[in-house]
Amino acid sequence: MASIATTAGTEPVFHLEEEHAHAEGSSTMLGFWLYLMSDCLIFAMLFAAYGVLGANYAAGPAPKDLFDLNLVAVNTAMLLFSSITYGFAMLTMDKGRVASTQAWLAVTGLFGLAFLSIELYEFSHMIHEGATPQRSAFLSSFFTLVGTHGLHVTFGIVWLVTLMVQVARFGLIEANRRRLMCLSMFWHFLDVVWIGVFTFVYLLGMLR
Amino acid sequence: MSAHDHAEDHGHVHGGAAHGSFKGYLTGFVLSVILTAIPFWLVMTGFIDDKQVTAIVIMAFAVVQIVVHMVFFLHMNTASEGGWSMLALIFTLILVVIVLTGSLWVMYHLNANMMPGLHDMREMP
Repeated sequence: MASIATTAGTEPVFHLEEEHAHAEGSSTMLGFWLYLMSDCLIFAMLFAAYGVLGANYAAGPAPKDLFDLNLVAVNTAMLLFSSITYGFAMLTMDKGRVASTQAWLAVTGLFGLAFLSIELYEFSHMIHEGATPQRSAFLSSFFTLVGTHGLHVTFGIVWLVTLMVQVARFGLIEANRRRLMCLSMFWHFLDVVWIGVFTFVYLLGMLR
Repeated sequence: MSAHDHAEDHGHVHGGAAHGSFKGYLTGFVLSVILTAIPFWLVMTGFIDDKQVTAIVIMAFAVVQIVVHMVFFLHMNTASEGGWSMLALIFTLILVVIVLTGSLWVMYHLNANMMPGLHDMREMP
């Protein structure tokens, strides 16, 4: 109290030491990484829900009746291929080659689309057999977890196409490079989540 | 340090760390293919008779593959973003471990203890 009384007469001085200029986008990568980490927490919740509810079949179909590991293996391969082709897109971007960057991005998008198509085929097949999300707690948590991942891939493809249009219009400018690097992290992150999905949902499901 | 220096500094760290090399991507890809193929093969052929052992082995493969992806595709290292991304990752991993083990542990015990018929209801007040 006393110290406030003595300094009350003088104007308080603030030192804005942190106000030096930052280059545009210099913190984007860290910020995007933090977003991915929060996304990681969403998936952790869904994995936890699946872990808790995954054995509650309500006398309905079990993983063994529904999953086709050949299909899942092909799906995993699609996502792995798309990861490496995105890596090649980043490497050609470093060299400033617009055309080959676009080509690798397009290949990545096609692999992503293949992944989505196989997943949607699997879903429609399951629903056709009566294994709908309403059937049991196992199926609810399965569709939520795998569906959320698929939704992420869908938005990744939308983002990819958007960036291809951007690159076509403005070239590999600094902003576009930054955006492509963010999408690169997003895309590889989805692959990491898929490792968890195919291991904990499909492979462990078949072992039960 | 001027703003220009700062930006260059940042750019340099990215240039080395965030993009990786052809060799790095290829190494990561080959490792991932191996680390994916073996668990699928184990489960599809039932190579190990004991399901518990198979489960532990494929989970170990998943953990290794996640690390491979982190290093070769996401280019995680302690230097990127001045260590902040690693710090955020470690924090997230701690939360993930708490959420997963906590949920499974608590719900398993809840399931086990709430099973009808497990407790003699006559002893209840």
